Amino acid sequence: MRNEAMVQPVPVPVAYGPLLATLVLALALVVLPFAAQALGQPSLVPLATRALIYAIAAASLNLALGYGGMVSFGHAAFFGIGGYVVGILYQSFTADELLFGLIPGTNQLLLTLAAAMLAAGFLALVIGALSLRTSGVQFIMITLAFAQMLFFLFVSLKAYGGDDGLIIRRRNILFGLDTRDDTVFYFVCLAAAAIMFWGIARIVGSRFGMVLAGIRQSERRMAAMGIAPYRYKLAAFVISGMGAGLAGALMANYLRFVSPDMLHWTKSGELMIMVILGGVGTLLGPLLGAAALVVLETVLTAWTEHWQLVLGPILLVVVLFTQGGLRALLRRLGGGR
Amino acid sequence: MAEPLLCVRGLRKRFGGLVATDGVDLDVAEGEIHALIGPNGAGKTTLITQLFGELSHDAGEIRLGGEEIGALPTPQRVRRGLARTFQITHLLPDYTVLDNVALAVQARQGHSFRFFAEARRDDGLRGQAKGHLAAAGLFHRAEVKVSDLSHGEQKQLELIMALAGGPRLLLLDEPMAGLGHAESEQMVGMLSALRGKVTMLLVEHDMDAVFALADRISVLVYGRVIATGTAAEIRDNPDVRAAYLGDGEA
Amino acid sequence: MTLVLEQLLNGVQFGVMLFLLAAGLTLIFGIMGVINLAHGSLYMVGAYAGAIVAAKTGSLLLAIPAALAAAAAAGVAMELLVLRRLYQRDHLDQVLATFALILIFNQGVTLLFGRQPLFVSIPPLLNGSVELLPGLSYSVYRLTIIAVGLLVAAGLSILINRTRVGMLVRAGATHRDMVRALGVDIKLLYTAVFGLGALLAGLAGLMAGPILAVQVGMGEQILIMTFVVVVIGGVGSVRGALFGALIVGIVDTCLRAFLPGLLRQVMAGSEADALGAGLSSMGIYLLMAVVLLLRPKGLFPSHA
Repeated sequence: MRNEAMVQPVPVPVAYGPLLATLVLALALVVLPFAAQALGQPSLVPLATRALIYAIAAASLNLALGYGGMVSFGHAAFFGIGGYVVGILYQSFTADELLFGLIPGTNQLLLTLAAAMLAAGFLALVIGALSLRTSGVQFIMITLAFAQMLFFLFVSLKAYGGDDGLIIRRRNILFGLDTRDDTVFYFVCLAAAAIMFWGIARIVGSRFGMVLAGIRQSERRMAAMGIAPYRYKLAAFVISGMGAGLAGALMANYLRFVSPDMLHWTKSGELMIMVILGGVGTLLGPLLGAAALVVLETVLTAWTEHWQLVLGPILLVVVLFTQGGLRALLRRLGGGR
Repeated sequence: MAEPLLCVRGLRKRFGGLVATDGVDLDVAEGEIHALIGPNGAGKTTLITQLFGELSHDAGEIRLGGEEIGALPTPQRVRRGLARTFQITHLLPDYTVLDNVALAVQARQGHSFRFFAEARRDDGLRGQAKGHLAAAGLFHRAEVKVSDLSHGEQKQLELIMALAGGPRLLLLDEPMAGLGHAESEQMVGMLSALRGKVTMLLVEHDMDAVFALADRISVLVYGRVIATGTAAEIRDNPDVRAAYLGDGEA
Repeated sequence: MTLVLEQLLNGVQFGVMLFLLAAGLTLIFGIMGVINLAHGSLYMVGAYAGAIVAAKTGSLLLAIPAALAAAAAAGVAMELLVLRRLYQRDHLDQVLATFALILIFNQGVTLLFGRQPLFVSIPPLLNGSVELLPGLSYSVYRLTIIAVGLLVAAGLSILINRTRVGMLVRAGATHRDMVRALGVDIKLLYTAVFGLGALLAGLAGLMAGPILAVQVGMGEQILIMTFVVVVIGGVGSVRGALFGALIVGIVDTCLRAFLPGLLRQVMAGSEADALGAGLSSMGIYLLMAVVLLLRPKGLFPSHA
């Protein structure tokens, strides 16, 4: 992730700091399961897995929200549809039936992930094509509306479990790996996250990424340079939806369960909170935000039943006193720019 | 006789009861600097905005190089050779000066659906952008964030970005507005150096600049062009004197 | 036919409740440019204060001022302590901060009053029903809600269109910077508007008590619908909030009442009920999406 420096508004000639930080982070993530075993804290592994999956979703949302300025309040739709693709394909696989009379079910992870991303991407294409005709608050609300429609649709579809959702008895299989093992599944998710973050870093630094962030700054200027914003925003929205779909598919595997909860607007809100908490429009912010929220939730729940009463003020302090979330806070603490 | 580069006929725009553009006829010939003057509220900026396609008109024709462009959205007009600067600058404030110009170069090179290679290490983009900056004398500010530029530098950058698109017709909306005396002179210098290379339609209140630059002048009053001619002709035109210069401006 | 009329009245009653929330939200939104996710918490505060005072004292006359005062006080405190610092900030910061406020309010209420829903009985005076038309009798309490809501709408309309404060509010919704530039004490105006919005939310919460269970989380359920109302009506427009609320209330209520029955004629009972419930919940979102696609600024945009 050496492009980290490229996200800075002012390019620095040689930026060893972020490169070093990224390397340390990557190393820490690789070592984490072994350290957890050594410390006698095996429950850290599933916790970290959850954080990674949410990090993928949040980073995807951040591409639309942070870089493209498209405040989507409906990313649960893509997250949830990714999960349902896994669940539905697994259901047809175990029942040995053709889905819609055409598609055979599967429990192969690579196939289900690809299918989830395709489905989420297609959904994002439809929702984005319509929603991007509005902007501002109206965009926030119309994305919410579409996600809620999908939520209620799945609540009412008895064939897919309705309210109760679908149980996936075994995680999808990937080559000869034992995905039931928490550590193995952790590394699967880590690999997915690494690819995702690397991909987003490339996109952000590319010509497309320059245009996208330019559109966020001034659509009028982009039009004056001969660039029609709509197609670029739509493309970014679709990529963003695909990423969220990937995360949803991993989450369904992780939980071995998918339900309309994954589509609910509170899930969209949670993803948004992760992005804002970590730092909008920064590469690693979503990872920090997702990890912070997941860890805080776990730690505080263990400590007190009224953990939200602690989390609330923490979030409030972050938003009132750190300009730009945890990423900015860390940077300032690190004595950096 | 060949048609002028820009040919506007009967352009009309109404906001509710207010007539902003009331049947404008205007010709801008290839290669000239054509100034558009008029009292405040005459509809000069509105006209520029309509020519550029940011505001739709109710009736009339806009032809660029013989092609009707009146129904096209702004980006497509830009691709056909229009460019503009803004009275209140519209730049990309989080980007550096170089980023801004490089993006203008990139936009000219066609679509930007390239997701992989690092744009900031693309010598094709950066090199050209640096060339544009150097030519305009703003190279030393290349790595400065746009929001940190002075007002005058931002105006200059707008002009550089407009030129980076390689326009046939440049619409300038008060390029001198808010500039100090020295900055104004510098801007006049930049524009007159472009004479003959780029056709310009110049909206400006600074009459010294107008008379220094313009080959021809059109006077817009209440959404209509009431006179077009050389500086001398405009000075002597009784209608213009009555409507505009009469109130002591010149 | 009476069934349809009854459901229409239910829809109007629900719409009126939504209006009380939406009026405050749309003003806060339109004037201060703040997205206040915690508006539903003020509704909850009103409901709890009303329910508890009514239960402890047995007096409706005490419950009304208690609910209004509690909600208004919570709203003013929220504005002074948190939102005031966020007016100049990004919408996203406002979202995060007001989300944090929701957590604090919900857990605070849980801590104080537990998770058990409170049930409030209809005041004896308003109990029973009245025959509106031959064959159509309707709850007096619900009729009262409709009457109160319409009175508030009328009052707001006078306040906004006929008074100096209202003029500032209107100006603030369309030309924020202008009002600031005029040297009006904008801070006081903002706090007042916020307090008024909170008071109306508290009123809605108070009146909802006897109809719905008073419980933690009641605010978020209605908040989303309120946002739908605000967006359909047009951000910043109180008139839009009224019409939007009535439309949403009637559409939602009628779909819920009639759609399962219609579906049951074409499919099996239990599936029809599930699908009907789902589809009728989708209804208002579909409505909002269609409205936004046709009229991106809502039905009554305040920015001309």
